[in-house]
Amino acid sequence: MAEPAVRASGLVKWFGEADTKTYAVRGVSFEAYFGEMLYIEGPSGSGKTTLLSMISGILRPNAGSVIVEDKDIWSLGPDQLADFRLNKVGFVFQDYHLFPRLTTLENVAIPLILKKLGWDEAMDKAMEYLEAVGLKDRAQLPPVKLSGGEQQRVAIARAIAGRPDILIFDEPTASLDGDTGRRIVDFVKKNILNEKRFILIVTHDNRIFEYADRIMRMEDGTIMGVEKTGK
Amino acid sequence: MKGILKIAFKLLVNDKGKFAALLVGITFAVFLMNMMTSMFAGILSKSSATVINVGAKVWVMDPAVNTVQSSIPMPDYILDAVRSINGVRYAVPLYSGGSLVKLANGTYQSATILGLDDASLLGRPQLIQGNIADIYSENAFIVVKDSEFPKLGNPKLGTEFELNDHRGVIVGIAKVTTSGLFGVPTLYTTYSRAIQYIPSTRYTISYILVEPKSASAVAYIKRQVKALGYEALTKDEFMKKIAHFYMFQTGLGTNVFLMTIISFIVGLSISGQTFYTFILENLERFGALKAIGARGRQLIYMILFQAGFTAMIGYGLGIGLSSFVIAMAKLRISSYAAIVTYKNLAFAFLMVLVIAGISSYIGIRKVIRIEPFDIFRG
Repeated sequence: MAEPAVRASGLVKWFGEADTKTYAVRGVSFEAYFGEMLYIEGPSGSGKTTLLSMISGILRPNAGSVIVEDKDIWSLGPDQLADFRLNKVGFVFQDYHLFPRLTTLENVAIPLILKKLGWDEAMDKAMEYLEAVGLKDRAQLPPVKLSGGEQQRVAIARAIAGRPDILIFDEPTASLDGDTGRRIVDFVKKNILNEKRFILIVTHDNRIFEYADRIMRMEDGTIMGVEKTGK
Repeated sequence: MKGILKIAFKLLVNDKGKFAALLVGITFAVFLMNMMTSMFAGILSKSSATVINVGAKVWVMDPAVNTVQSSIPMPDYILDAVRSINGVRYAVPLYSGGSLVKLANGTYQSATILGLDDASLLGRPQLIQGNIADIYSENAFIVVKDSEFPKLGNPKLGTEFELNDHRGVIVGIAKVTTSGLFGVPTLYTTYSRAIQYIPSTRYTISYILVEPKSASAVAYIKRQVKALGYEALTKDEFMKKIAHFYMFQTGLGTNVFLMTIISFIVGLSISGQTFYTFILENLERFGALKAIGARGRQLIYMILFQAGFTAMIGYGLGIGLSSFVIAMAKLRISSYAAIVTYKNLAFAFLMVLVIAGISSYIGIRKVIRIEPFDIFRG
């Protein structure tokens, strides 16, 4: 862990106004490093997802900054912010959000197509990522024909297809049984994480805690503590 | 951009149910709109049949005339006055009226009688059988072979009939550009014979057909005719006047307009609602695309492409279907008054663009407002 991939400082986010104003995140600061698998753990409503959204350039904080490559991402305009997400961040959503009307291969190719690669080139590259997650033979099937674990792997292939530096997983094991969940995270740790990549996982599934390098515990919008683990 | 549009295309057409519903909505709307406007165009064209077929450049008439059939006879001195106007190369009278024709089998059939100027025969139809000079022979008439022709018992050269107790003989069979609106056959004869055979009022000239010396003389002729208390209209102006009458003074235009608007609303409702549902169902995915890094305008292009593609396919199907129905109807009823004009096609195209525009606007509003954060929140 050499240089920080993300430096968040003084992040504050509230929702509502006046009487209905509710703080989701209250002045959170931390650094995350390349080659690290960092977990954010905490009960529902603790602000995990809000923090994750601010770090990934999705939700604008009311105060604070997120520095990536010496630049505050929240100083970027809407188009630059979209480019940041496309080029620097890969998302694996809790419900995967795969397109049921597209094939598995086309789903994986979406970030490549957004990066303006030609159709055939995007498909060729997407096939490589599908192969990396062991689903080459499922390329032409629609995602609905795949099992939960396979869909999760498709979502991972899509997330890494844009070769992002930061990978964001939102509750990656929430829809999976214990064994499959562990296998997926193990696969991610062994095959996806590398020295040029930082992985942030939001979870409250303690069955996968063993894979984390660090676990940040959140409660009521603040970090209650950071635990170093490592496997 | 091509790749993202291909994704949009696949998202659209792979949702077969929605895509079919969208196509049905737009096709149905285009079909109805094109049918309505084509029928109206057909009626307007047929209502000006005499003006088109006679083909005179300038028509002089009583200002109260609204259609060719509702001519108000003018005194003979008007013809002389018109002939004396500077810029008039020549002017001839035209008789236009209707009469009952007694056929050889004893039945009666109403017919339109056009009496052409004896000297010039200006406005004569193109003969497909017979010789035009025979119109000067005794009791001679030329019959128009159009969709109403069989109502005269499919006459041949030499076929006889009675017209107001006068004998009539077919000496020629002609073809014309457009058949009439009212479903009656047309007979041509000379002006003198027409006013002799058909009971008429004190004045007998229905219209004066004018050939101006030049196009620039028309304005002057019109002013001079107006000074006489009459009206001179060019062929196009007369057709517009007839169209205006049918559009605004008969209720026909209003009915067609209402039906067209209803068709538009039905099409808009079906396709707008279906497209909205389609967008709603894919809203989370659009949000995911936004989160992944799609720019707002890329999503707008996707939606515009989806709406535009559906609109164009629906337009093609609707035009094809309506044209097919009109062609089939014309096979069964040759006088069926419907014409698919470029204006109709352009109008339907414009309306389809409006439907696509409104449908996509609703979708775009929804997609632009979706926050990727909502995807994380579920």
